[in-house]
Amino acid sequence: MSREAVINAVVVAGLVLVPLWAVWADEPFTITLATRAVVLALAAVGLNLALGLGGLVSLGHAVFFGIGGYAMGVLASHAQSYTPLMEWPVLIEGTKSMPIIWLVSIVASALVALVIGSVSLRTSGVYFIMITLAFGQMFFFFTISWAAYGGEDGLSIYVRNGFPGLNTLVPIQFYGLCLVVLLVVLVFCSALARSPFGLALNAARQAPERVQAVGLDPFRLRLVAFVISGAITGLAGALFADLARFVSPTMFSWQLSGEIMVFIIIGGVARLFGPVVGAVLFVMLEHWLGGLSDYWHVFLGLLLLGIVLFAKGGLIGVLAGKARAHD
Amino acid sequence: MPRPHFDCNMTLPLLIEQVLNGLQAGVMLFLMAAGLTLIFGVMGLINLAHGSLYMIGAFFAAAVAAWSGSFLLGLVAALAGAAFAGALIERVVIRRLYGRDHLDQVLATFALILIFSEGTRWLFGSFPLYLDAPDALSKPIALPFGILYPAYRLAIIGVGLAVALGLFWLIGRTRLGIRIRAGENDREMIAALGVDIDRLYTMVFALGAALAGLAGALVGAIQSVQVGMGEPVLILAFVVIVIGGIGSIKGALIGALLVGLTDTLGGVFLPQLFKLFMEPAAATQTGASLASMAIYILMALVLIWRPTGLFGARA
Repeated sequence: MSREAVINAVVVAGLVLVPLWAVWADEPFTITLATRAVVLALAAVGLNLALGLGGLVSLGHAVFFGIGGYAMGVLASHAQSYTPLMEWPVLIEGTKSMPIIWLVSIVASALVALVIGSVSLRTSGVYFIMITLAFGQMFFFFTISWAAYGGEDGLSIYVRNGFPGLNTLVPIQFYGLCLVVLLVVLVFCSALARSPFGLALNAARQAPERVQAVGLDPFRLRLVAFVISGAITGLAGALFADLARFVSPTMFSWQLSGEIMVFIIIGGVARLFGPVVGAVLFVMLEHWLGGLSDYWHVFLGLLLLGIVLFAKGGLIGVLAGKARAHD
Repeated sequence: MPRPHFDCNMTLPLLIEQVLNGLQAGVMLFLMAAGLTLIFGVMGLINLAHGSLYMIGAFFAAAVAAWSGSFLLGLVAALAGAAFAGALIERVVIRRLYGRDHLDQVLATFALILIFSEGTRWLFGSFPLYLDAPDALSKPIALPFGILYPAYRLAIIGVGLAVALGLFWLIGRTRLGIRIRAGENDREMIAALGVDIDRLYTMVFALGAALAGLAGALVGAIQSVQVGMGEPVLILAFVVIVIGGIGSIKGALIGALLVGLTDTLGGVFLPQLFKLFMEPAAATQTGASLASMAIYILMALVLIWRPTGLFGARA
C-alpha cells in the first residue's frame, strides 16, 4: 500500500469511528459537525473532478450547490404546504422523499452545468475563472429577487426529508446516509479517473493539442467533466439543505465558491481524498478558531496563503510526498 | 393608491436621469476594470483582492474625512492609502505569484480578501461608516427638461471621464506608458533592455490599486462604507473585462459603460416593459428577476459572438 492509500484508509476509519464515539459519549453536536464536514467534502469532491482532473478552475461551483439546495427547498416547501408545483400541462406535486429530491437535484444541476459549461468552456484561463464567478453572482441575485421562494430570506423546511428504512431525524442515521453517499461518489470518481474518459480528460489538461491530434475533442471531454462535477456538487447542496433544513441565496455566494476551492487546496489538488481531508480540517478550524476569535478568517487567510506559497500539494502532499501518476 | 411617478408622458426626463445614473455606475466600474486589466495585461495576474483595495480606499476616505472634516483630504488619503497598500501586497505576496498558474493566483488573492476583510472588521467593527459628499456638491443641479440631478453624481461622471482620458494619455504618450505596453508584449526583452522590471510591476500594481481606491472613496459618499463592499464591484468589473476583452483599456471603458447602462436601465425599464402585456404584480416580479440577470446575459451573448471580448486580442 502506498502512503497515500494508508492516509485514505485512516481518514475513512476516522469518519466511521469518531461519530460512533460521539453517539457513545452522547455528543450530538460532534455528529452535526461531522455531517457538515462530510457534505462539504462531497461538494469539493465534485469540484475536484473539474479542477484536479480537468484543470478547470471554476470559481462558480456554489451555483450547483445552490441549485441542489433549492431543488430540495422548492420540492419540500410545496410538500409541506400541500400545494402542487404546477397543475398544467401535468400535475407535479412536492415531495419529502430524499431519493426523488436527490435525483431532481442531480438532473437540475447537471442541466445548469451544461448551459454554463457550453458558454464558459469556449474560453480558457482567466476568462473561464471570471465567467464562472460571474454566473455564480447571476444566480445569487436571481434568487434574491425570486420572491415566490422566499427571496432574500430563503426557505425554511420544518421537518427533515425522509429516506426509506431510516429515521433521518436521528443525527447518526442521517450522518451514516451522507457518509455512504460520499463513499459511493469517491469510488465512482476513482473509477472515472482510471477509465478511458478519465485518462483522456487528464491528457486534455496536460496537452490538448495532442488529444486533438488523436481524434478526441477536448471541449467535449471538459464539458462532460464539468457536467458530472456540477451534478455531484448539486447533490451535496441537497444534502446540505437537509442538514440545515434551510436554503437561502447565500448558498450561491462567491465566498462559498471560494471556500469549496479552499477545501481542495488545504487537502491536496487532484488527490482522491484531498477534498475530504480539506473539508474536515476546515470544519475543525472553523469550530476551534471560530470559538477563539470572531475574526478567525484572518488566520484562515494566513494559513491559506502559507499553503499556496510554500506547501503546494496540501496536507496529503506534505504527508504522502509527491503524487505518482497512477498507482 | 399613489400612481408611480414615472408615467408615460414623463419618460424622457426619467430616461435622461437613468442614463446619467448608468453613466455614473459605468465610469466607476471603469476605474476598477482599468486597474484589473492593466495588471493582467502587464503581469499576467488575476487579482481577486482588487475589491479589497476598493474597500481600503473607501475606509481611508471615510476615516480621514471624519477626522479632518475635509472630503478632499479624504480623497487624497484614499488614493495614497490604496496605492501604498497595493505596493505593499505586491512586494510581499503578489510578486511570488507572477510565474505561478492561475489557480495559485486565485487562491492567494482569495486569502488576501479574507485577511483584509476580517482585518478591517477587526479595526472598524461591523457597522458601516458614512462619508458625506462635500458641501459644494451637496445640492442638485437643474438640467434641461426640468430634471434635478445631484451635483455630486455629475462630478463623479466628470472625474471618471477625466481619469479615463488621463489613462489613455499615460499609456499612449508617456515613457511609463511605453514601458507598460512593452511589458505587455515581451517582458524578457524590456528587462534585457535595462528597464527595472520589478519597479515597473510595483508601479503598475500601485496605479491599479490607486484607481480602485479612488472609485471606492467616490462611491463611498453615495453608498455606505462597509466590509464586503468591494467584491460585488469586483465581479462586475470581471464582467466588464470579459465583455471588453482582457488587457484592453478601451475595451474596459466601452464594457464598463455598457454594463453600467444595462444594469441601471434594465432595473427601471424591464418591469415597465413587462407591464405592457402582463398583470402589474407579475410584471414587476418578472422584470426585476430578469433585470438582475441582464448584464450576465449580455456577457453570455458577447461571449457566444466573440469569445475574446469586443477588443480582446488573445484568449
